[in-house]
Amino acid sequence: MTELNTAIDQAASPGIPAGNAGLVIQTSELSKSFDGRVVVDRVDLQIHSREIFGLIGPNGAGKSTLIKMLTTLLPPSAGNARVAGYDLAREPRAVRSHIGYVPQLLSADGALTGYENLLLSARLYLIPRAQRSQRIREALERTELTDAAGRLAQHYSGGMLRRLEIAQSTMHRPALLIMDEPTVGLDPVARNTVWAHVRNLRDRYGTTILLTTHVMEEADALCDRVGILHHGRLEHVGTPAELKAGIGPDATLDDVFARIAGGDEQTGGNMHDVLQTRRSAAEHG
Amino acid sequence: MADILVRIGNYATEVHAVADAEVRKLRHDPTELLTRAIQPAIWLLLFGEVMAQVRGLASGNGRYLDFLAPGILAQSVLFAAIFYGIAVIWERDLGVLHRYMVSPAPRSALVLGKAISSAVRGLSQAIIVYVLALALGIAIDLHVLHLLGVAALIILGSGLFSTFSLIIACIVRTRERFMGIGQVLTMPIFFASNAIYPIEIMPGWLRAISLANPLTYEVDALRALMLTGEASKFGVGTDCIVLVAISSLLVLIATRMYPRMTM
Repeated sequence: MTELNTAIDQAASPGIPAGNAGLVIQTSELSKSFDGRVVVDRVDLQIHSREIFGLIGPNGAGKSTLIKMLTTLLPPSAGNARVAGYDLAREPRAVRSHIGYVPQLLSADGALTGYENLLLSARLYLIPRAQRSQRIREALERTELTDAAGRLAQHYSGGMLRRLEIAQSTMHRPALLIMDEPTVGLDPVARNTVWAHVRNLRDRYGTTILLTTHVMEEADALCDRVGILHHGRLEHVGTPAELKAGIGPDATLDDVFARIAGGDEQTGGNMHDVLQTRRSAAEHG
Repeated sequence: MADILVRIGNYATEVHAVADAEVRKLRHDPTELLTRAIQPAIWLLLFGEVMAQVRGLASGNGRYLDFLAPGILAQSVLFAAIFYGIAVIWERDLGVLHRYMVSPAPRSALVLGKAISSAVRGLSQAIIVYVLALALGIAIDLHVLHLLGVAALIILGSGLFSTFSLIIACIVRTRERFMGIGQVLTMPIFFASNAIYPIEIMPGWLRAISLANPLTYEVDALRALMLTGEASKFGVGTDCIVLVAISSLLVLIATRMYPRMTM
């Protein structure tokens, strides 16, 4: 695996602006309303190249809606954004070509084998036919799924499924990988493996990562910076250390979260959010 | 020019990606194909044999079973395709659909890929109906060009009704609602067509509905190509033009509506 990674590192990686200190995500007053109800409220967000950025906030804070807008699944109501160097509203296909997305729900198809899931992604992202086999082989080796490649994904464990989803969403070497609750429902061992793969993507391939999480330990251990979304507003942005220092000397990110959310349980998402989280946990757990 | 060829090649790759994935799923679990073989057998062996005793149902001097076989083939294709929307809603609920929607593939390529994969199911139905028809002594035309014509019609019919189903799925959005509306839609499409009786014996209002029903044109062309000595009422060319025009319109509508499934 190490030799292979080194070989890939030395090769040109189209789509990954290696060493680019520019912004991979830049939003300006990005907003979304449903029937007059503001869900994302004038969010100004800047995420730098090669950064691992965590978006945290209570259920119903607007995290998934913001992610859906940044992945072009949902058109903004107001504001604008550039993602991976392209205008979100005017160049959605170019945005989609340069990002990878691991949704909270199960995006791997259980009725296909691991290999077939990767083949499908390789074709959808127009990886040239001559390179497909090599890219699939690399992706399987990178995510340690080579031995399971011929098995139907429905027989994979939760951790293997997440690794497969990471593989299929990064095979086209995106500049940005967006992950919605990547470790929901995973046991600690599988969670640590996913963290290692996320770090590996950033360190070896220069991929910028935006992830949402409810696990403060995850945000603390994995993220260079964290943004706290509350009532659709991006309330605070900083390194985990900066955010904790703002509360007190021995504060944890849990304390920061509790201070921002302020016991606001009644706004904690709706039944759809709960269903989605529990289904994800069931599928990956 | 080279740029256009590259774009066409890329588009074909993306359509093929979606269709091939669906075919691979069928290969892993062909149970659906086997269970779907039962329905045309029941219609031909039970309904067909009994209704063959009723005089005047078949047009001209032909046997009713001969008249019925192309209608049952079209019906099998329709029934397989019309519940395709359930699979789309299921994919949305699972999360698999998000993966398609965040890919750079044009939405129309995703819709066409789904339609083509539905055609594979339709073609498997055709093999079953042909075997049954030959066993029942139906005057099947086995000319290679006519067989290819039947295959093309089945691809067209499957694509048309599966795309229609996708549009319904985009509107109703839940499996429960779809199951209800699927039943409501299937029966009128089937009975308000020339599949099991000629439109000449229909009352005027039903005949008018039948003439606006794409299944009528599919069955009409199938009768001409599938049976020896049968002719199309509207002309096979007209039938194909109607089917292609409606399919194109449905693909355009589905392309606009499909992304709403993940909003």
